[in-house]
Amino acid sequence: MAIVVTEACNGCRYTECVAVCPAGCFHADERMVYIDPATCIECRACIPVCPVQAIYDEEDLPGALSGWVEINATRAPLLPAVEEKLPPLKAGAA
Amino acid sequence: MRAPRVAIVGSGPSAFYAAEELLKAGVLVDMIERLPTPFGLVRSGVAPDHPKIKAITAAFEKILAAPGLAFYGNVEVGRDLDVRELAELYDGLVLACGASADAPLGIDGEELPGSLGAGAFVGWYNGHPDHRGLAVPLGAERAVVVGNGNVALDVARLLLSPPERLAATDIAADAAAALAASRVREVHLLGRRGPVQASFTPAELRELSRLEGIAVRVAPEDLELDPACQIELDMPHADNARKTMKLLCEIAAAPPRPAARRLHLHFRAVPAALLGRGAVEGIRIARTVLEGPPARRTASPTGETFDLACGLVVRSTGFRAPPLPGVPGDARSGRVPNRDGRVTLSGRVLPGLYVTGWMKRGPSGVIGTNRPCGQETARAVIADLAGRPVRSDPGFRLDALLAGRRIAFVDREGWRRIDACERALGAEAGKPRQKLVDPAALLAAARGRAEAAAVP
Repeated sequence: MAIVVTEACNGCRYTECVAVCPAGCFHADERMVYIDPATCIECRACIPVCPVQAIYDEEDLPGALSGWVEINATRAPLLPAVEEKLPPLKAGAA
Repeated sequence: MRAPRVAIVGSGPSAFYAAEELLKAGVLVDMIERLPTPFGLVRSGVAPDHPKIKAITAAFEKILAAPGLAFYGNVEVGRDLDVRELAELYDGLVLACGASADAPLGIDGEELPGSLGAGAFVGWYNGHPDHRGLAVPLGAERAVVVGNGNVALDVARLLLSPPERLAATDIAADAAAALAASRVREVHLLGRRGPVQASFTPAELRELSRLEGIAVRVAPEDLELDPACQIELDMPHADNARKTMKLLCEIAAAPPRPAARRLHLHFRAVPAALLGRGAVEGIRIARTVLEGPPARRTASPTGETFDLACGLVVRSTGFRAPPLPGVPGDARSGRVPNRDGRVTLSGRVLPGLYVTGWMKRGPSGVIGTNRPCGQETARAVIADLAGRPVRSDPGFRLDALLAGRRIAFVDREGWRRIDACERALGAEAGKPRQKLVDPAALLAAARGRAEAAAVP
């Protein structure tokens, strides 16, 4: 079962997740991050550290967000990997 | 300017993340490992039926291949080298030796045969050379696991798994054979506090609750919450507890189905004594009541007890870092006292000595927890080295020192040969890997000798 980043990350991109990811499986565009399911080891370290609860275990994904499984799987491999924390996009974000 | 040299003792996740950060800063790293094989608990702790998590070794292999890093396996600090001399030889010494000692329960009967620490049991099924040939009595129908963390659930799952579930994993061959002949069909898991305080993750519980042929059971009264536990469950950061509680309520509400293999979860239950003459024959369990404010609840025995017959008790109530000569310890916490990874003695920093991983923060967290942990320690090392002349002797080479002491170490190439040998043996058996568990076989494989294949 994949771990997926969802809509709440869009325009926010705190990247706390990137700092704890042991596998370097996060990829980013200018709006948000995505998880590459091919390299994610499903350790779930990223889920509790997201300040906006954007990351879900596919098991717990609300129905309205189910499309994000496919979006993560297709977007991530096309984008550069991020292994270090990036400045958040939201003004005033920590 | 000449590059500083740092030694890291241990080669588990925190060691690799510290190494990665040091290498990025241009520091040379010698990684010293007691076993002939690297990767710590990823090799000997992560359960064999969790191959996805073991895939993290691909990231560690990349770090291991870095030109600035040298691997010295089969070298034990405290036996072949000591902490004081390493601290002299290097510009910094990072201890990442883990917490391999099982925390004791402190109850009567704990030393009986049939009472095992989870570290030993997990090491046994994962082919850790220290635990090969462990006597694991599997002749009785019932076993008890004490503890409420993910390790306790791993132990319960392995004890209850039908042999075909484990056939295509890298489980140690002798453990696979023993478990295939096991008569254990019922495991009881004891948590001293309530379901809200359970430290296993909902994902691990969910996995167990879905396994074919295994029924998970919990008494509805064990899930009743007092007002303080209800407040704790409603706290903002209690997402995992809420998921776990929801899952437990579903399990309790499901109509009981007959199953050949059963896991019973007990909450507010602690072992009071292990019973038996000459070996474990049962366990006395004391009921507890929770006291104290939300998020700081403690369990005290109520005086009510009950006995269960069983032939095996596995204690999974935490781990401690074994004492290492020359390094301050804290017997109570089982950690090495430190500030951001700098080792302290009576609150004072000991220059040049650092710690990371379970030795630094205690036995908790997932693999990802080790990345910030190792990085924090590495950054402390780098900050302390900045602006200081490099002290280590440019002519010093650890391989020469070890050769002088006639210590046969396993280098990166040696590990590659072990790895290739184990994968080849695994391929013949339809498994990702067949671990070598005998140190002599591991060393033979490291030298590329064919006889390794004959003694798994």
